[in-house]
Amino acid sequence: MAYLELKSIKKSFGLTQVVKSFDLAVDKGEFVSFLGPSGCGKTTVLRMIAGFETASSGTIEVDGQEISHLPPAKRKIGMVFQAYALFPNMTVAQNVGFGLKLAGIPAEETRVRVAEMLEMIKLPHLGDRYPYQLSGGQQQRVALARALAVRPKILLLDEPLSALDAKIRVSLREEIRALQREMGITTIFVTHDQEEALSISDRIVVMHEGIADQIGTPFEIYNTPKTKFAASFVGTLNLLEATVVDPGLSRLSIDGHEVTSTSPITAPVGAKCTVALRPEAVVIGPAHSSDRNQMVGTAEEISFLGAVVRVRVRFGDHAVSIDTFNDPNTPPPLRGTHVAVTFRREDLLVLESSGTNPPAGAATARRHEMA
Amino acid sequence: MKKSRFGPWIAVTIGILYFLLPLLATFEFSLKMKRGIYSFEAYRVVLADPHFQASFTYSTVMALLTIVLGILIIVPTVYWVQLRLPHLRPIIEFITLLPLVIPAIVLVFGYLRMYNSSSWLPLTGSAETTNILLLFAYVTLALPYIYRAVDTGMRAIDVRTLTEAAESLGASSWTILIKIVLPNVRVAVLSGAFLTFAIVIGEFTIASLLDRPVFGTYLQLMGANRAYEPSALAIIAFAVTWAAMVLMQVVGRDRRAAKPAH
Repeated sequence: MAYLELKSIKKSFGLTQVVKSFDLAVDKGEFVSFLGPSGCGKTTVLRMIAGFETASSGTIEVDGQEISHLPPAKRKIGMVFQAYALFPNMTVAQNVGFGLKLAGIPAEETRVRVAEMLEMIKLPHLGDRYPYQLSGGQQQRVALARALAVRPKILLLDEPLSALDAKIRVSLREEIRALQREMGITTIFVTHDQEEALSISDRIVVMHEGIADQIGTPFEIYNTPKTKFAASFVGTLNLLEATVVDPGLSRLSIDGHEVTSTSPITAPVGAKCTVALRPEAVVIGPAHSSDRNQMVGTAEEISFLGAVVRVRVRFGDHAVSIDTFNDPNTPPPLRGTHVAVTFRREDLLVLESSGTNPPAGAATARRHEMA
Repeated sequence: MKKSRFGPWIAVTIGILYFLLPLLATFEFSLKMKRGIYSFEAYRVVLADPHFQASFTYSTVMALLTIVLGILIIVPTVYWVQLRLPHLRPIIEFITLLPLVIPAIVLVFGYLRMYNSSSWLPLTGSAETTNILLLFAYVTLALPYIYRAVDTGMRAIDVRTLTEAAESLGASSWTILIKIVLPNVRVAVLSGAFLTFAIVIGEFTIASLLDRPVFGTYLQLMGANRAYEPSALAIIAFAVTWAAMVLMQVVGRDRRAAKPAH
């Protein structure tokens, strides 16, 4: 049985339904990320788990116990906020010990537990400092220690890294993951940063317009996105318009090139559909086996990104971005030259219609950081 | 082209003279009680007067009670308006501005009409109940100052997130108010408190019409009957008010500003 279970959760603010119908089962000790753009409902779901918002309908269960009706203070769910939310009038040690004091833990035990927590976040010498004397990264580590000190059943992290600079973000997310593994605490992490979600999660819930668009491991979400939105939101992706040639054999036509996919096609012959192709799945050079799809186009743009070279190749109406590792022995094609590109049949994903359009005006959708 | 600083200096000098000259003249006059020499005789007489001591003590106690009652009413109100009822903010702000718009004389006549000895709640029936009525009137007068100070203080600390953080750690609303919110708006509350103290110490209209022995009525009585003592009293009243203002500035200097984060 799942440790945290959300069943048919819905939430409306006035006439606006921000969470349409949300179901999720999280195992004990699992690290699940809610990933999506602003306004997709991810923070609202998190706040409903914490008890700061009440679901319009549906139930939330933790360890088999229904908690939907409990106030936040009774739920035993720890939370870390984007804005740190340390109590400015208290020292670091007092902040970390606040929950323990409220729980009636004896002073001596509180002192020991606070010292343990400060040791755990590698700030044992800063117990007497006030929050304003700490850097953003230190403050967020203290907030994490404060949330974990009371040994909550579930830890909720609401974009905890968003206010930090890039370097601290990477190191702190690794620390968070290590602590979570060490304590075995069930964790929900809300982020709009796909790299963060992909790097630290056991599973990702891709959220879009109040629904869970796709739930899966980072590997599944990245490599086999189920919807156009999941495909376009996670990673860099080429979205191409194709015409169905033979649905039985999954054959399609893209700008006059016949290609084959391994995805099943239900649309009839002549129907239009959207296919997706990861930039790193495409190889420059002619096909050496009949298993690979081949297309010929013109090198339109070459961007040198250091370890990676990004080449944009145009085929009629479509342009495809291709990422290749920078190999000093194999220079990239020159702009304006004809190039053959190939890709595996499995890499050509035929996307089901999710009712959303691909990003306007671009065949390549890139979503690294969305507000 | 370099602009001349002469103009601004003239304006500032005129401003300073406008405020300081009457004060200096009053102070100088207050020292002239003994013929031919400057002395603090007027101050000695005033400070030794039991009526001064009684009226000053009365006003001080009233000011402290006003501060306590004002804080008890306003801090939770501002907290709940910010947290749960933000749509009520314009209404609350309008209500808190009323004492600035309605003259004290109108307010006290309203009170006398509502709470006179033949009304359904005869608060003016005895000295004790009139004291309570005066306290309520002072809390009303202090409302704009305490409300604005506390509201500004609470807006600066992200009350909502701090409340949610405390709730997730198991804190009740009362605990949050006492242990998190109040200490973090301490500076704002103290600013409002000193302002309230200064206002109550100098208040005359309401206390006079309710016939209570406050410092203001004593000041008026002395002014009508004596020559030098009123000047000494005026200087004492200024000193008290300025002390309150200086204290407000001192506590208003956030100790956190002194040390930058690193």
